[in-house]
Amino acid sequence: MEEADIKYNQATPDKKQSVFSRIAKEKWLYLMLLPGLIYFIVFKYFPMWGVLIAFQDYSPFLGFLGSNWVGFDHFQYFFSNPDFLRLLRNTFILALYDLVFFFPAPIILSLLLNEIRITLYKRTVQTLVYVPHFMSWVIIASISYVFLTTSGGAVNELLQTLIGREINFLASPEWFRPMIMGQIIWKETGWGTVIFLAALASVDQEQYEAAIVDGAGRFRRLWHVTLPAIRSTIVILLILRLGNFLDTGFQQIYLMSNAMNRSVADVFDTYVYFVGITEGAFSYSTAVGLFKSVVGIVLIVGADRLAKKLGQGGLF
Amino acid sequence: MHKMHNTTAGRVFDVFNFIFLGLVGLVTVVPFLYIVAGSFATESELATRPFFIIPETITTDAYRYIFSTDSVLRSLGVSVFVTVVGTFISMILTLTMAYPLSRKTMVGRNFILNLVLFSMLFSGGMIPTYLLVKSLGLLDSLWSLILPLAINPFNLIIVKTFFQELPRELEDASKIDGCSEFQTFWKVMLPLSKPVIATFTLFYAVFYWNDFFQALLYLTDTTKWPIQLLLQQLVMVANVGLGDMQEAMLYEPPEESTKLAVIVVATVPILIFYPFLQKHFAKGVMLGSVKG
Repeated sequence: MEEADIKYNQATPDKKQSVFSRIAKEKWLYLMLLPGLIYFIVFKYFPMWGVLIAFQDYSPFLGFLGSNWVGFDHFQYFFSNPDFLRLLRNTFILALYDLVFFFPAPIILSLLLNEIRITLYKRTVQTLVYVPHFMSWVIIASISYVFLTTSGGAVNELLQTLIGREINFLASPEWFRPMIMGQIIWKETGWGTVIFLAALASVDQEQYEAAIVDGAGRFRRLWHVTLPAIRSTIVILLILRLGNFLDTGFQQIYLMSNAMNRSVADVFDTYVYFVGITEGAFSYSTAVGLFKSVVGIVLIVGADRLAKKLGQGGLF
Repeated sequence: MHKMHNTTAGRVFDVFNFIFLGLVGLVTVVPFLYIVAGSFATESELATRPFFIIPETITTDAYRYIFSTDSVLRSLGVSVFVTVVGTFISMILTLTMAYPLSRKTMVGRNFILNLVLFSMLFSGGMIPTYLLVKSLGLLDSLWSLILPLAINPFNLIIVKTFFQELPRELEDASKIDGCSEFQTFWKVMLPLSKPVIATFTLFYAVFYWNDFFQALLYLTDTTKWPIQLLLQQLVMVANVGLGDMQEAMLYEPPEESTKLAVIVVATVPILIFYPFLQKHFAKGVMLGSVKG
C-alpha cells in the first residue's frame, strides 16, 4: 500500500505544484465532495454550535442571538436536581445489565452453533435467529405488548394457569429492566453471532486435530483452541461497548417506558426528549444532552487508549 | 466440522445442544407466527384462545378493515416514499463523498476526514438538531425524516475504505483514456462496487423503513406519519383509532386483529427482502470490522 502511494505520487508531480493548481486540477473531486460536505456542516456542525444554548436561557422568540447568557446555571441546576442521580443510576444499571446479561449471549450462542456438525441444521437456526435484528423497535415493542399485556396476553394467560396470578410486566418498575434485557437478548443475540462465527470459521482445522492427538477432550479443545481464536474479537467488542457505555437504546426504552415505570426507565436520552421536546425546556435539556456527550467522548477516548494498551490497535 | 472420537459425555452434549438450538430458533419465530395467525383470526377467537399458530376460522376482516381506512394506506405510502427517496439520496451522498476521500493525494482530505470522524465522537444532540430542523422549516415535512441522518458516517468510512482498496492502475488507465475524475468514478469505480452498493442500499433502506424516532420528533401532522409511528400509536397509545369517528359509530372494527394486521403489514417488506438482507448485512459487518 505505502509503496504504491509513493509510486503514484512520483508519477504525478503534484508535490511541486501549488495547492491552488492541485485543487483546480482535481475540481471534479471537490465538486463530488461538496454535497456530502454541506450535509456534515449543516446537519452535524450547526447543531454542535447550537449546543451553546445550554449556556443560555434560550427562548424561541428571542432566537439564538437575542437570548440571555446564563453560564453554567443549567448544569448547576441539573447536578443539584434529584433527577440527575436517578438518571445516572438508571443508565448505569441498564448498561451494567447489558454488559452482564446481553454481552456474553452471542458468544455463547456462536460457540454452541459452532459445535453443530450438520451444516443444514446450523444454517437453518442461523437464518431464524437473525430475523429479529431487521425488525424495528416499534415491531418488537408491539409484539411485547401483545404478549405481555394483562388483558389476555399469552404470557399472562400462561402464568394464570401455572402460578395462579398475573404479572403486569409492562407497568411495574421491578420488571422493567428484565423486560428490556429480554427484548435485547431476543432481538440481537442471533445477529451478534455473525462476527464470532466468522472468526471461528477461520480457525485452522489442524489445530483441532493436533489437540485431539494430544488427547484433549471436547472441553479442553474449546478452551485452548476455540476461545483463543475469538479472544481478540471479544476484547475489541468489549472495549467498544465500554466506549458506548452510556448509549442505552433510546428507541427501545422510550417505547417500553410509561408513567408506571418511569422511575427506573428514565435515562439521559429519554429525559432530554421529555424535558426538551414535550416540555419545551430547550436550554436545560441541551445542557443535559451536552453533559452526556462529553462523558461519552471521555469514555470513547478512554476505551481507545485501553485498546492500544492491550495491543489491539486503536479503535480509530 | 472437525471429526473426533466422541465420548459419551460428548454425545449427550451434542443431543442437548441440538435440541437447545432448535428451541432457540423456535423462540425467535414463534411470536411472529402468532402475530400472523392472530391477524387472520376472529375477535372472539383472539379473546378466548391465548395462543395459537393456526386460527380455527380464518378471516381477512382485519386486513379489509385496515385497507378501508385512509390512515394505513397513507402511512405505507409515506414509508415507501421515505425509504425509496431517502435511500437514493443517502447512497448518492455517501458514494460521491466517499470517492474523493479515498484519494490520498487530494488536498484537504485529512481535514475533511477528521471532520467526519469528530462528528462520530461528538454530536450537538437531540435538541440543537431539532431546533435546526425547525429553523430550516422542515418540521412536518417528510424531508425531516430524510435529511438530518442522510449520511451515516460509519457507512461513509467503510465505502471510502472499499474505494481505497480498488487497484490504482484502473484510475490511472482511465485518466490516460481522457476520463475526468467524475467519469472515472461513474464508469470505472461504480461498476466495480456493485456488492458494496447493494450492501449499503439495504442498510439505508432498512434504517429508513424502521425509523420511527425522527417522525416522533419532527412530525405532528398525523397524516404524514410513517407506518412505524402509526403502529406505535395504535398499539402503545391505544386511544388512537384508524378510521374516523363517524365510521367507528357505524360498526365496530376488529380491534385486536387490526393491531396484529398492522404489525404484519409493517413487517412484510423486511421479510420479503430478508434473503438479501441476511446475505448483504453479514458482508457489511465483515467490511466494517476491517479498519479503514
